Amino acid sequence: MSITLDSKIPAGPLADKWDEFKAHEKLVNPANKRKFKIIVVGTGLAGASAAATLAELGYQVDAFTFHDSPRRAHSIAAQGGINAAKNYKGDGDSVYRLFYDTVKGGDFRAREANVHRLAQVSVNIIDQMVAQGVPFAREYGGLLDNRSFGGAQVSRTFYARGQTGQQLLLGAYQQLARQIGMGGVKLYNRMELVDIVVVDGRAAGIVVRDLMTGEISSHSAHAVVLATGGYGNAFFLSTNAMACNVTAAWRAHRKGAAFANPCYTQIHPTCIPQADDFQSKLTLMSESLRNDGRVWVPKNPDDTRAAADIPEDERDYYLERIYPSFGNLAPRDIASRAAKRAVDNGQGVGPLKNGVYLDFADAINRLGQQTVKERYGNLFDMYERITGENPYEVPMRIYPASHYTMGGLWVDYELMTTVPGLYCAGEANFSDHGANRLGASALMQGLSDGYFVLPYTISNYLADWLNKPIPGTDHEAFKAAEQQASDRFRQFLSIGGTRSPDYFHRELGKIIWDYCGMERTAQGLEKALSEIPALYDEFQKDLRVTGTGDSLNQTLEKAGRVDDFFELGMLMCRDALVREESCGGHFRAEHQTEEGEALRDDENFAHVTAWEWSGDPMAPVEHREQLEYEEIQFQTRSYK
Amino acid sequence: MSDKLTYITLKIWRQGGPDTPGQFEHHVIEEISEEASFLEMLDILNEQLIEAGKEAIVFDHDCREGICGTCSLMIDGKAHGPEKGTATCQLHMRKFSSGDTITVEPWRASAFPIIKDLMVDRAPLDRIVESGGFISAETGGAPDANLIPIPKPVADAAMDAAECIGCGACVAACPNGAANLFTGAKVTHLNLLPQGQAERYQRVEAMVETMDEYFGSCTNHGECEAACPKSISIDVIAVMNADYLKSKFKNRKKLSRT
Amino acid sequence: MSQTLRRGPVSGTAVGRGAKRKPFLLDFYSTAVGKKYVMAITGIIGIGFVVSHMIGNLKVYIGTVTEGGQEVYDIDVYGEFLRDLLVPILPRTVFLWLLRGVLIGAVLLHIHAAYGLTVMNRKARPVKYQSARDYEVANFASRTMRWTGIIVALFIIWHLADLTWGWANPDFVRGEVYRNLDASLSRIPVAILYVVANIALGIHLFHGTWSLFQSMGWNNPKFNQWRKGAAAGVATLVVVGNCSFPIMVQAGVIEFDPTVTSVHELHEEAAE
Repeated sequence: MSITLDSKIPAGPLADKWDEFKAHEKLVNPANKRKFKIIVVGTGLAGASAAATLAELGYQVDAFTFHDSPRRAHSIAAQGGINAAKNYKGDGDSVYRLFYDTVKGGDFRAREANVHRLAQVSVNIIDQMVAQGVPFAREYGGLLDNRSFGGAQVSRTFYARGQTGQQLLLGAYQQLARQIGMGGVKLYNRMELVDIVVVDGRAAGIVVRDLMTGEISSHSAHAVVLATGGYGNAFFLSTNAMACNVTAAWRAHRKGAAFANPCYTQIHPTCIPQADDFQSKLTLMSESLRNDGRVWVPKNPDDTRAAADIPEDERDYYLERIYPSFGNLAPRDIASRAAKRAVDNGQGVGPLKNGVYLDFADAINRLGQQTVKERYGNLFDMYERITGENPYEVPMRIYPASHYTMGGLWVDYELMTTVPGLYCAGEANFSDHGANRLGASALMQGLSDGYFVLPYTISNYLADWLNKPIPGTDHEAFKAAEQQASDRFRQFLSIGGTRSPDYFHRELGKIIWDYCGMERTAQGLEKALSEIPALYDEFQKDLRVTGTGDSLNQTLEKAGRVDDFFELGMLMCRDALVREESCGGHFRAEHQTEEGEALRDDENFAHVTAWEWSGDPMAPVEHREQLEYEEIQFQTRSYK
Repeated sequence: MSDKLTYITLKIWRQGGPDTPGQFEHHVIEEISEEASFLEMLDILNEQLIEAGKEAIVFDHDCREGICGTCSLMIDGKAHGPEKGTATCQLHMRKFSSGDTITVEPWRASAFPIIKDLMVDRAPLDRIVESGGFISAETGGAPDANLIPIPKPVADAAMDAAECIGCGACVAACPNGAANLFTGAKVTHLNLLPQGQAERYQRVEAMVETMDEYFGSCTNHGECEAACPKSISIDVIAVMNADYLKSKFKNRKKLSRT
Repeated sequence: MSQTLRRGPVSGTAVGRGAKRKPFLLDFYSTAVGKKYVMAITGIIGIGFVVSHMIGNLKVYIGTVTEGGQEVYDIDVYGEFLRDLLVPILPRTVFLWLLRGVLIGAVLLHIHAAYGLTVMNRKARPVKYQSARDYEVANFASRTMRWTGIIVALFIIWHLADLTWGWANPDFVRGEVYRNLDASLSRIPVAILYVVANIALGIHLFHGTWSLFQSMGWNNPKFNQWRKGAAAGVATLVVVGNCSFPIMVQAGVIEFDPTVTSVHELHEEAAE
C-alpha cells in the first residue's frame, strides 16, 4: 500500500474556502444519521465536543476514554486562555490577523487553508462556550475580558482565571454528559485503544483493552475519530499528564495513517525547573505570567548571591535586551531557546543552576501585591506548594519543558487521515500550528475541530456509505487484531527481566531530550538513532512487568505505552534529521543566523513531511506535502 | 542540594479487587528528598517493588498539577493529606518528617467501590452531572458571547463554584459520605449564570435526586470544605438547598416569567 | 443506594428520571435535602419552645406577687395564664393543647427525619475507614447530634414525668409549679441530671442552630459570619438559664414556702 497525500483543499479565494466546502459537501439527512455509528476515542476538548455535537446531530456515538471519567482529559490543565478573533477590544484584531499571526507563529510551516478556517470559527467557539455556562473573566460592565498573549500584538485571549482549560473542558464534558444521560452517546470508560482495524482500505473499527479486567474487545463503526492528544511524554519529563501517550496515533500509523512532522515539538518556556532525578513530571506555569514578570539571569555566571542582592546593572534582562518590541512576550520557541542559551552559558540560577528568574518585584511595586495576587494568585500558590519558595518575595525560577506537540497524524482539510474513515482531531493531528504553536491556540484548535469542523466534514464521507453493510466485529480482521493485541500484552508479562517500564521510559526520554529537544544537530540525531534501537532491544529483553493481565495493572498499561514511544522516538529523530533547516520548535544548530536565531530554508523545506510505516521503525517511508502560500509571503520571523 | 528525609514508614492499604478483603502493608522508604511529591514517593516505592518482582501499588493519578481530579488517597486520616487546599498530587514530602509513619487508605463510600488497592470508582459523580449538570445549548445556535452581560461579581461567584475538580474528596471526608459539596458546586455555578436560568429548577431537582440514589446526607459538618483541594465553600450547599425548595414549592410556569 | 462495581457502556442514565412522582410534600420529604428542611423547620419550632420555656421559667426568680389580695407565686400565675390562653374564644387549655400538638408533631417529625437520614448515612459508608480519621472542622457538637438528640429525647420524657405528670415526683401537686420545682430539684441526683441534660441540649442546639441556616438555604455574606455566633448565643442562653434552676434550688435561693396560696386551685374553682 502506498500513500498519496491529497490535502483536498477547496478551490477559491482563501477567505471563501470553508464556505465553499460547506456549500458543496455531501450531507446525510437527519433521519438517516441514526444509521451511522461513529467511534470517538478520547474525551478531551476535541473528543468531547465532537462526540457531543455528533450525537446532537443524530449519529450513534460511542465515546472511549482510558480515564475513569471524560472530565479527566489533559485539556483540563491548560491555564492561560483561548484565542478568538472577536475584536471586542477594538484594537485592530480580525480573522485575517489571527490567521496571519498563527501562520507566522508557526514559522510558515502550517497549511494556510486550515489556519484560516481555524481563525474563522474561533469566534463561534467563544459564543458556544459562553452559552454553555463557561464563566469567562468579565469586566465590571459585565462584558468579556481579554488578555494579551505571546506572539500577538492584540488582546484576544479569553480566560477563566488560570483555569481556562478546565472550564472549557468542563463545558464540553457537560455537553457530552447531557448526551450520555439522554442516550445519544455510549460512554466506555477505563478502556484503552490498543489497535485500529482497517478492512478493505477503510477504518472499520477499533480494538480496546478494558483496563479494569484486561479483557480485549472490538468495536466496529462507520467512522473512527481519534482525539487522543499529543506525544509530549516521549520526553518522559514533560508538562503532560502522566498517562498521556501516543498509542492511539501510533497504532493508527502502523495501520497506514501517515505521521506528519513528528519533530515539531513545543518546549514551553515557563515551567518549574527539575528539582531532582526522580522527578516524574514538570509543572507548567502559565505563559500569562510573562505579561507582568520580567525574565533575567545574573550577568556573571559565577554569581552566587541571592536574587535580591544582585544590583540592577548586574542583571541581564535578556529577552527585553534581544527582542525589544516583544520583550518578555516573545513567542515560546524563542523565549525557550534564549533561556537555554543563558543556562548553557552557566548563568542559570537555583540550586542546580538549571533555571532563569521570572521576577515580579517590579510588577508588585507598580501594581501592588493585591493586584498581582488577583491576576496570578493561584499560580503563585501552586509555585509555592511545589518549590517551597514564596514568589511574592523571591523571583520564580523557570525553565523550558516539553509541553505540546505540533506534529501528529497527517490529515487533509476534512481532518481525515490517510486511512479513509479514520479522522484525527485536536493535538493528535498535525494540521494548524505549523512548526510552533502560539499560546492560547491549543484550546482554540481542539474545540474548533470538535465543534465546528468534524461535524461538517464527516458527513462528506459518510454519505457514500448509506445503507451499505460494514464489517462487524466478527470479521477476521478484528479477530486477528484482538489476537495480536492479547499476544502483545502477554509478551510484556512474560519477559521477566529486571527493569520497570518507568526505567526504560526515563532512559528513552533522556536520549530524546538530549538529542531531539530544544536544539538538534545531525551528529546528535544520528547518535540518538543508534542509542534508541539499542535501548529498545534491552526493553524487549529486560523489561519486568509484575502482576497479571486480568485485573487492573498500571505497570502493564505503561509497558504498552512505552513500547510505542520507542518507535515514535525513532521517527522523531529521523524527521528532525531530514529537516535540514531550523523552524519554530525545530532548531537545528547547523542552521542558525549569526545571532543564534532559527534559519529557515523555504526553498527546500516548505513542506510537510509525512511518514509512512514500513514495518521497520528505523526505515519509514518519507512523503511530502508541499505548502502553497497564496495569501502570505514568506518572511523571516522576527520579534525584535 | 535539597534536604532529605532519612526514612519514612508507609502503612498502605492493599486490596486485590472489589470483593476481596484488604489489609494494611508496611513499607519503609529510605532517603527520600523533601522536594519529592507524595506521588513521586509512591512511584519510587513502586519501582522498587517491580524490580523486586512484586506487584506495584495501584493508585489513581494523572495531571499531577492539582486540576484533573484523578488523584485521591486518605493520608493520615485526611482526604488529600494534611495540606489545606491541595490535592494529593501537589502534596510534597517537605510536609513530613523523618521517622513518620504515614497511613494511606483508599476513599471509602458505598458509591465509591474499591477497584484495587487505593483506586476507587467515582462514576456516580458523573451520573449526577448527566442528570442535569449542564446547560442545554446545542452546538451552532449560540448568540454572540457579549449579548448577555454578566455582572463581574456573578461571574466570579460562578467561577468560584466551577473550580470543582470532581475528585470526590468531599464525599471521602464527609462523615456521612455525602456529595452535597460536589452537587452544590455544579448547581451554584450554572444556576447563578443568566444562561443557566431556563433549566435552573429542573436541574437542581434532577441533580439532588440523583445524588440521593448514591450518597449520604449533609449534616453541615463542614469537613468537605476543609478537604476540598479547591477550597469550595459550603455556601454552595445552601444555594442548592434554597433552589431545591423553590423548585418544589413554586409554580414552574410562573417561575419562567420571573 | 449501595453500588457494586459494574462494567459496560454507560448511556441513557437520565432517561425516565422523575417520571413517577409522589404527592408533592411526600416527594419533597423523600429526598435528603427535603428531610433536612423538615429537620430545620421542626428545629426552629423546638428552639422557639426551648427559649420561651426557659424565659418563662425565669419567673421563679420573681418569687411571689399579690393577686386578688393573696400572695401567690408569679410562675404559678404564668402557668395559669398559659392554660387560660384565648379564653373565652376557646375553652380553657384548648389552645395550650393545640400548641402542644404542634410541638409534639414537630418532635416526632424531627426524630423521624433524623432516623431516615441516619439510615441513609450508614448505607453510604458501610465499610468504615480502617485507620483513624483526623477531622478538621467537624466538632464534638456536629458529630454527636445523634447522641445528644437521644439524651434530650429521653430527658424530655423524664422531665414530663417529673414536672408535668408528676409520676417521678413523690411530692407533686398539680398546678403548683414553684412547689414541684423545688421538690424535684432538691434531690441532688435529679439536679445533676438536669444540668447534664441541659448541657447535652446546649450542644445539640449549638450545631442545630448553625446548621439550620445551611439547611434552609439562608446564606448571605451579610450575615454568614454571624451564624455561628448566633448559634453559640442561643445555646449558651438556654444552658445558662436552664441550669440556673437546679443550681439555685440547691443553693437555697429557690425555696417553696407552704404558706403561699395555690393559684391553680383558685383558677380551677373559677373555671367551674
